[in-house]
Formats: sequence, structure tokens, C-alpha cells
Amino acid sequence: MDADHHTETVELISFRIDSQEFCLDIMAVREIRGWTAATPLPHSPPFVRGVINLRGAVLPILDLKARLGLGDAEPSARSVIIVVQVGKRLVGLLVDGVSEILAADPNTVQATPNVGCDVVTRFVRGIITLEGRMISWIALDDILPPEETAEAA
Amino acid sequence: MDAMDAIKVTYFQECDELLQELEQGLLALEAGEGDGETINAVFRAVHSVKGGAGAFGFDALVAFAHVFETVLDEMRSGRLDADLDIVKLMLRASDVLTDLLQAAKGEGSVDQARADAMAAELEALTKEDAAAEAPAVAAGEAPAADEWGFTPLRMQIDEPSAAQQGDWRLALKPTTAAYAKGHDAAVLLRELARLGQIESRCDFSALPDFGALAPEQAYLSWDVRVPGGVDETAIREIFDFVGDDCPIELAREEWAIEAPPPAIDPPGETDISALIARVQDSQPREASPAADDAGAAKGQRAEGAASPTIRVGLDRVDRLINLVGELVINQAMLTQRVAESGLARSSTVAIGLDELEQLTREIQDSVMAIRAQPVKSVFQRMPRLVREIAGSTGKQVRLVTEGENTEVDKTVVERLSDPITHMLRNAIDHGLESPEERVAAGKGPEGTVRLAALHRSGRIVIEVSDDGKGINRPRVREIAVNKGLISPDAQLSDDEIDNLIFLPGFSTASSISNISGRGVGMDVVKRSIQGLGGRISISSAPGRGSTFTLSLPLTLAVLDGMVVSAGEHTLVAPLTAIVETLQPKPGDVRALGPRSSVLTVRGGHVPLIDVGMALGWRDHPIDPSEGVVLLIESEGGGRAAIVVDAIQGQRQVVIKSLEENYQRVDAVAAATILGDGRVALILDLDALVNSQRTERFDSPLLAEAS
Repeated sequence: MDADHHTETVELISFRIDSQEFCLDIMAVREIRGWTAATPLPHSPPFVRGVINLRGAVLPILDLKARLGLGDAEPSARSVIIVVQVGKRLVGLLVDGVSEILAADPNTVQATPNVGCDVVTRFVRGIITLEGRMISWIALDDILPPEETAEAA
Repeated sequence: MDAMDAIKVTYFQECDELLQELEQGLLALEAGEGDGETINAVFRAVHSVKGGAGAFGFDALVAFAHVFETVLDEMRSGRLDADLDIVKLMLRASDVLTDLLQAAKGEGSVDQARADAMAAELEALTKEDAAAEAPAVAAGEAPAADEWGFTPLRMQIDEPSAAQQGDWRLALKPTTAAYAKGHDAAVLLRELARLGQIESRCDFSALPDFGALAPEQAYLSWDVRVPGGVDETAIREIFDFVGDDCPIELAREEWAIEAPPPAIDPPGETDISALIARVQDSQPREASPAADDAGAAKGQRAEGAASPTIRVGLDRVDRLINLVGELVINQAMLTQRVAESGLARSSTVAIGLDELEQLTREIQDSVMAIRAQPVKSVFQRMPRLVREIAGSTGKQVRLVTEGENTEVDKTVVERLSDPITHMLRNAIDHGLESPEERVAAGKGPEGTVRLAALHRSGRIVIEVSDDGKGINRPRVREIAVNKGLISPDAQLSDDEIDNLIFLPGFSTASSISNISGRGVGMDVVKRSIQGLGGRISISSAPGRGSTFTLSLPLTLAVLDGMVVSAGEHTLVAPLTAIVETLQPKPGDVRALGPRSSVLTVRGGHVPLIDVGMALGWRDHPIDPSEGVVLLIESEGGGRAAIVVDAIQGQRQVVIKSLEENYQRVDAVAAATILGDGRVALILDLDALVNSQRTERFDSPLLAEAS
């Protein structure tokens, strides 16, 4: 039964940035925690908010809104950090709040339409349509800044 | 394949320990402290290396270990005297064994000629010995042998013939644990079959009814007959690998021979006198090989029980250390909250918290102690190095080590080896005189180099001292002047002259020897030590020798730092780089160039760097006279003044990697977690100074001009 569950549907965690809906594969999510002020890093791209202490590990915090080119987020008491695993690294994503956990059949995920926008092709893995809503499934592979940009910025 | 590689890694780890044991034992023998047990330990070490090497098919290693082992066996049985010359030969043989093992590991290569020569030398030792004793046996003791029903002729044959020796009876009963570890009786039997025609019988008697059968339980045992001509060691080697999980009983069949030789000794040895002696010994108690074997095994186990150890992956320990670090921070926060809540100091909550604090501190100490290791592992490598350098320089050297059990964090231990190696090379090559010079100076021909480790004020101190000629100060001064390192009229104290040798580009040896002068000098040693947060200094007395003193933090996980603030940010500057802190007067700061300024310190000018600006946290520098200046010395010896807003204090901080979850950040060495749970960045002061230098080329002025 368990096996069926995994092969047929993926569980996704969804959240909202302004009017758009996004989601992440729940398997990549390690935990969700409240916002704490981050220590800024020098010479880092604007979407890197800095680093926080996650039980002894130094965790970089990325502003997902800024990363997706939608403007800087304004962290409030309601904001949360979604801690995700990207390769061997743990990264915190700052979002305004998570909405729900939904299940989707991977076969119904539509390819990302070509809107001629680099951010969309890099960070949107596919589109999920659910009850008339359009939810963008975020790809995490490129979410960290490449090694050189830190110095170039 | 992976599993095999993993086993190999374990084997090499064990070999490292075995080789250390071997060298230690030999050194004890050299010092005349060894006894029978030492020789036994040395023998066992070589034997175990050989056993594993056979399993992995390292033929060169097996061949050499075998010759080595044979000589050791002679020593063990008292047929060969462990005199000084032989022990010295053994020490060199152990060096060759180490090289062979390195080659097997795929690191480094073997000087095959050297290995062969050593093997020949060892072989000569046993041959000579046998040749010398054989006639004596034939003449003197042969009749005595008859009394015990021995036919000397039969034993004297090199290869005892199978016909006259009883076949081996081997009882094999693998335990459940053996199967659980992936051993397979079929494989073992197949190995046995390769030694000769075997007959095996499987014993099903222990097999329960099907209903009662536990599928993972071992029920079967085998009774195997192996031809008597097969060497016992060959049989036992097959089972070495399986260890205690698969107990075997090996015995000669009774009918062939009246008194079988005790099982631990390989048959097929030519020496009769010892054998007779042993038979005489064993006569009253009836030879019982199994009992002998069990006794030996018990002895080994008892030894193991004396200091039981476990191997634990370093990552697990690191995880534990991280968690404990977090526990400490959490506990500190909790204490602060409780204090803020206005609870009385005498309340049960506050008392409970005090206890928690004590416990946390104890846990932290114990966890750090797990990673602590004695410096012995590094010190043990040094006698060989000293022997080699002494050999190639023609000097006579005695190495004295002290404080081998001084403990320090594992990561520090690993990085001690290079500096110590370099300092020892230096001490022997430059410090000690040749035997003739020593005698002429009224000293003994043999020089002494002392290597000592001790704890001093929360740091580990390593001292390398020699009783050689000391630093030739006029010469050092002359070289420094010639190389333009100091001005000819500089007034330097003796101490300052001594420390000139740490300057980059300084090398006193007039000829580049292949030992010390490999293009790296003491400046490299100094830099690598500073990289570890350490310091090095030298003191010297002409004619009486010099002492290098090296001090390092006990752990690399912790750093002595100065906590400073820049704007609203908190930063940590490594204390080792800071020379002094000062509050400049407004007149001391002068502009130099479009954007940069310098600070006048006691007549000299040093570049001024505003941390907040350098890190891109503010657009305009603060007025240095309102902040504090950290005067730092960079790795290259250059100085710089770093401007910060204020100094918060001096503290030990736990180093956390930024690369683990993010990437390297320019001018930042690492991060740490402060008492309030926030992350603070640890500055890389050298990178900070250098980044200022490169930034000047792409300043806005240049950009506008292009």
C-alpha cells in the first residue's frame, strides 16, 4: 500500500508569493521553522538574506521571492523558513507562510510553458492544475547562487 | 567491490597500528627493556600484517613479511639472540615493511633493490644460525632424542613427508555470527581444497526438525581431513580471516606420531634442539595442541580487555560535538530567560538550571575528550625519520621523546606531523655537528635531539631541542643583510636575530642538502603553524644547542577570538593575528590616494581598512578616532590596521563551516554561534587585507577613465 502511494502520487507543500502559488516536493523539505533575523554575508547576491543557526549548523537563508525575481520579501512574525535539502546542502527558504499539503499525480504535471523568462525556465519544474488553481512546482537544483556570483556581486 | 575496499581500508588501518606496535617493540628491545612478551608482540604484529596481505594478494608484502617473521620466530624461540645489531637490522626491516605497505596502499613506491637486499640480509641471519647449530645437534643431542622415542632422521628432513606425518583433522564449526558477517563455509572449504586433496564430512546431527528450524541459525559443522604434508600455518591462515566466529580445532591424527608438535608452531622447521627441548617440556603434561591454542587465544583476549576500544567514525563524533555545542547555547539562553522572568535565585527552577549548567559543561568536556588523542601516533613516526636523516648526514643521533601521552584534538594531531618533521630535519641537519666536530668541541660523538610535548595554559607545546652548535648569529645576520631582509645598520637583539630564520627566503645552509633545503624553509613551517592558530619561536645558546618551541590550540574546533562590532553586526577576529589594539588620535590618520588612508603608528605607516566598508555593509568609513583599531600582522609579515566600531570582548568560539551548506565567502574564514544563538562571521584578516589591495585596481576612478 505504501509503495503504491509513492509511485502514484507525490506530496507537495504549497505556499503563496503575492498572487502566485508555488509548491515544493515534500521529500526535499526537512523542517519548517519560524523566521529569525539572519546574519548578512558580505558580497552576497541580494536574494541571500544571510545565515542563521540551525541547531549548531550554519544555514544560508534565501529569499525565495527575490530569487524568483518578484521583489524582496518583508519578513514578519508570520514568515517561515522552509528548510530544504539541495544535494548535500541544507538551505532555508524564506516565504510568507505555507498554505497546505497536496497530493498530485506526477503524470498530470504539465511542462512549463515557454514564457521567455529565464527565471521561469530555471526554477519552475512544471505546472500543476488543481481545482482551477495553477501551482508552479519549484526546482531546487539551481536555487543556490553559483560559486562565482558571490565574488562578482 | 565496495565491501572489499572497505575491508581493505580497515586492514590498512590495523596495519598502521600493528606497525607502530612493531616499532615500539623493537625500540624497547633496542633500549634493552624488552622481554619475551615484547618479542612475541613484535612477531604477532608482523604475522598479522602478513596474514591480511595474503588475503588481499599483496605478494611482495607477504614475501617480505614472511622472511621477517621467520627471523622473529627464531628470536622468539631463543635461537637467535636479540643483540643490538640484530635489533637495528630489524628496525630497518620494519621501515621496509612500512614502505611495502604504503606501496600496497597505492601511496608511494618501493625501492625494490632495498627490499630485496633487506630480505637477503634477514635470510642470511636465519641460515647462518641454522648452519651454526646443526652440527652441534647432530653431535651432541641426537642420542638424547632417542630416549624420547624420536628418530632424528625423520625430523631433520626439510619438508616432512606426508606419508610419515599424520593427516590433519580439522573440526570446523561456523557460528551464527560468522554467517551474519557474510562468511561462508563453502568458501573456506574450497580454500582448504586448494592446499591438497581433502576429505570433508558434514555433520547434520545438530539440525533440528523443520518446524523448529531457525533459518538464520548455524547448525552444521564439518570434519575435514587435510593431507599431513600441508603446512599448518597455511591451514590456519585461511581461518585467520574469520577469527573467533568460526572456531576450528586442528590436530594431527593420533596414530602417526607419538607426540605431535604443539599446534602453534609451524611444522617443517629444521631445528631439532629446540624441538627436543619442547618435547621434553611437554612430556609430563601430554602434548595437547588444542589446550595450547586456547591458552594463547585467552592470553590475547585478556590483553585486549585491558583497554577496550571501539572504532567510531569521526563524523559521528563531530555530530555529537555539534549537538553538545547547541545544548550549551540553549542552556545559556534558558538561564538568561529564567533570570529575566524575575524568579528568585533560590527557586527550584534556578537551582535545577544550575545543575543543568554543570552537567552540560561536563558533557562538553567529555565529548571533546573523545576526539582527544595522544601525540604518540605522530611521535612514533619520528624515530624512523631520525634514523634516515642520521644515516644520510653521517651524524650520530639519539632521539629522546617526552610527553607522548599528551592529548590534543585529533585534527591537531594530524597536522602536527609536518612541522615536527621539518623541525627535526632542521635540528639534525643544521643544529647537530658531525661526530668529529662534536669530539673536537669536547662533546660526546652522539648528538641528542629531544622531542617533547606538554600542556601549558590551555595550549599544547611541542619542543624540539638539540645539543648542537646553536645558531651562528653573525652568519645569520650576514645572510639576512645579503638577502636584503634587514638593513645593514639594523640594531637587533640576539633573540631578534634568532627569529630571522623564520623570514621568507631565508636559508642558512650554504649548500642545499637533500634533507633540509628542499626549497622550503622555516618560514613555511611558521606559516603552516600560524594557519592552525599557533605560534613558533626559537631560543639558542651558542655551542650548547637550540630549542624550537611550538604552541598550538588544543583543538581546531575552537578559536580564540576578539568579538568586535561593525555597525549593527558582530564579527570575530582571530586573536593570533592581532598584534595590538589602539584608539587613534584624529591626527594619526592620513589620506593616501583617492580612497585609502594610512595610520601612523610609532613613526611607521600602515594601511587602514574599514571593516564595514570592506564587507560592503556601509558606504562611508567611520571616523577611526571614534572607533577602535586592531593592528594585525598578516601571514606575509605585513601589517594593517583594521577599523571597527567597538570591541565587545575576547572569547573562545566554536568554528562552524560556511561551505558545508553554502559556499566560501570572500574575507570570511568561517562562522560561529554566539551566546545569544545568532551566527557571527569569523574574519579572514589576510583575505580582507588582500581584497583591499585588488579592489584598488577596479576603483570607480579607473572605471571612469577607461
